[in-house]
Amino acid sequence: MMTDHTIPYAVHTGTPVSRIVGIAALILILFLVALPAFASRSLIQDMFFILTMLVLAQFWNLLAGYGGLVSIGQQAFVGIGAYAMFGVVILAGLDPVPAILLGGVVAVLLAIPTAFFAFRLQGAYFAIGTWVIAEVVRLLTSQWKAVGGGTGTSLPRDATRDLWMTETIETVFGVRNAAARDILAYWLAVILAVATIGGIYWLLRTKRGLALAAVRDNIEAAKSVGVDAVRMKWTVFLVAAFGTGLTGALIYLQKARISPDAAFSVTDWTAFVLFIVVIGGIGTIEGPIIGVIVFFVLQTLLADYGTWYLMLLGVIGIIIMLFAPKGLWGLISARTGIELFPVRRRLTGGALSNSKPNQEET
Amino acid sequence: MIWIDTIIQGVLLGGLYALFAAGLSLVFGIMRLVNLAHGDLIVMGAYLILLLVTMTGLSPFIAAAIAIPFMFALGFGLQKFMLNRVLGDDILPPLLVTFGLSVVLQNALLEGFSADSQRLPTGALSTASVEVGGINLGVLPLLTFGSAVLVIVALNQIFYRTELGRAFRATSDDATTASLMGIKPANIFAMATGIALIIVTIAALYLGMRANFDPNIGPARLIYAFEAVIIGGLGSLWGTLLGGIIIGVAQTVGAAINPEWQILAGHIAFLVVLLIHPRGLFPRAVD
Repeated sequence: MMTDHTIPYAVHTGTPVSRIVGIAALILILFLVALPAFASRSLIQDMFFILTMLVLAQFWNLLAGYGGLVSIGQQAFVGIGAYAMFGVVILAGLDPVPAILLGGVVAVLLAIPTAFFAFRLQGAYFAIGTWVIAEVVRLLTSQWKAVGGGTGTSLPRDATRDLWMTETIETVFGVRNAAARDILAYWLAVILAVATIGGIYWLLRTKRGLALAAVRDNIEAAKSVGVDAVRMKWTVFLVAAFGTGLTGALIYLQKARISPDAAFSVTDWTAFVLFIVVIGGIGTIEGPIIGVIVFFVLQTLLADYGTWYLMLLGVIGIIIMLFAPKGLWGLISARTGIELFPVRRRLTGGALSNSKPNQEET
Repeated sequence: MIWIDTIIQGVLLGGLYALFAAGLSLVFGIMRLVNLAHGDLIVMGAYLILLLVTMTGLSPFIAAAIAIPFMFALGFGLQKFMLNRVLGDDILPPLLVTFGLSVVLQNALLEGFSADSQRLPTGALSTASVEVGGINLGVLPLLTFGSAVLVIVALNQIFYRTELGRAFRATSDDATTASLMGIKPANIFAMATGIALIIVTIAALYLGMRANFDPNIGPARLIYAFEAVIIGGLGSLWGTLLGGIIIGVAQTVGAAINPEWQILAGHIAFLVVLLIHPRGLFPRAVD
């Protein structure tokens, strides 16, 4: 860390609040893991929905909020991840749980040619370009007869019945097979959500995360200090595709039924995700967490009103963008100065600072 | 002979796509704004014409003429009071606001008109055809194509022959300097979006007469329009017409091989052009 022995200094990102949050997060994770022991099946399903939407939102936020890549084609990766999982389960008889990982890998394989095309387009045109590619993938998948073509298909019964670990869950919690499957999917969603938030937070605190923020804020200035902007874009795009593909496969493991129109739905996997991020606060880790809670509350209250609900969501999104572009978290953070996941580097010690350097805490 | 017929039908279909795209191209050229609600505005225009036709019993052409001032005012207001607020270096706000608008419009139309497909009444026009050199051409597709050419000629005339056009070009080049010369960019942008919605109304007229429409088809129209603009090259209106034709021909040829490939063939043609000429065939704008 030390480059100059005469002027010791240290760089911190942590704050007292963030340390308390860290402990609270650990307690929350333990609580989430233990939840199936006393929660009803419908609560577990709701939590599964919230956690998977949260993961999709975090990855979209990584793309758009940190990477500056506003994609409207993320449904391509949800769909291809889910279809890859269905494909290997139906055609190769693999267990669906390890097949989820394959969903992520296939999503990355799709992301490589997608990025090759879409990175030729700038800004808003990039957005619609990714959408076109998602449409192409949807139309091609509709031609794939082995997984049901345009009408879709279900996971084979014996594959869902003998799912990895479900027998243990059945005996431990004393539930039926279908409920055990929900619990398994829920636990996988908890792992995925914790890994995603932890992973993104870790990424943003590394040197690469600093480079990413620099590219977002001013691409020319970032390049001038030696940041490889093209490589950053590729990294972010592929990481987001991997995570989105994994999530897609997990969502459809729980649903156990798939069709091209549902799996490649721009409303379900991109519009909702986009509103979650915008309402919560784009470009922060806290934003999608707040956003998904608001989104779930609105959906629970207004689900019976179908189109009105979607209209309201659109109007809220527009109002937030017009009057509070940093979202709800931005409003909270500006008032209180609280950052739950601080990424800002603060310098202590060194020639210009009066505060005492603390060499242990680097 | 059947192939020549297919290609000519594709060219005429391209006229419709060029009409979808011309408004998008105009707005992008002047203020670098991509309106993701463009397709939904076309569908909304079609419903407005349908509403006027059913209320008054007028011909769709006259109904469209009545709808034009309303659509112009809508575009002007939309730009002046909403979209101007989010224009800037950051592309995210305009994208998200127009995406929100798209969701709102789609669901408002669903609520108001249900998901049933509709069609504008055309009488004998929809089946009328003329024979040219042994090929039967539909009068309606010919009218569509003719209107697309007229719209592009008119836009070019406005751009290069009028004071408004000079203001458009000046604002497009450098809004700050233009405002020093007594031009108000906010009003120029509002005029541009107003004119774009006039073209949207013309596109809506032919969309509604040629095929069934329902509230959900907007995003697909946006995608065709976008592909035509990119293929043609940003900022070139004649390029946009050519882009529309390429998409149209690809779709009809694709459909002639296998009906399920129609839409896919159009998208693939777009990706091929993007691969060979990333900036389109006739790029004019630098960005």
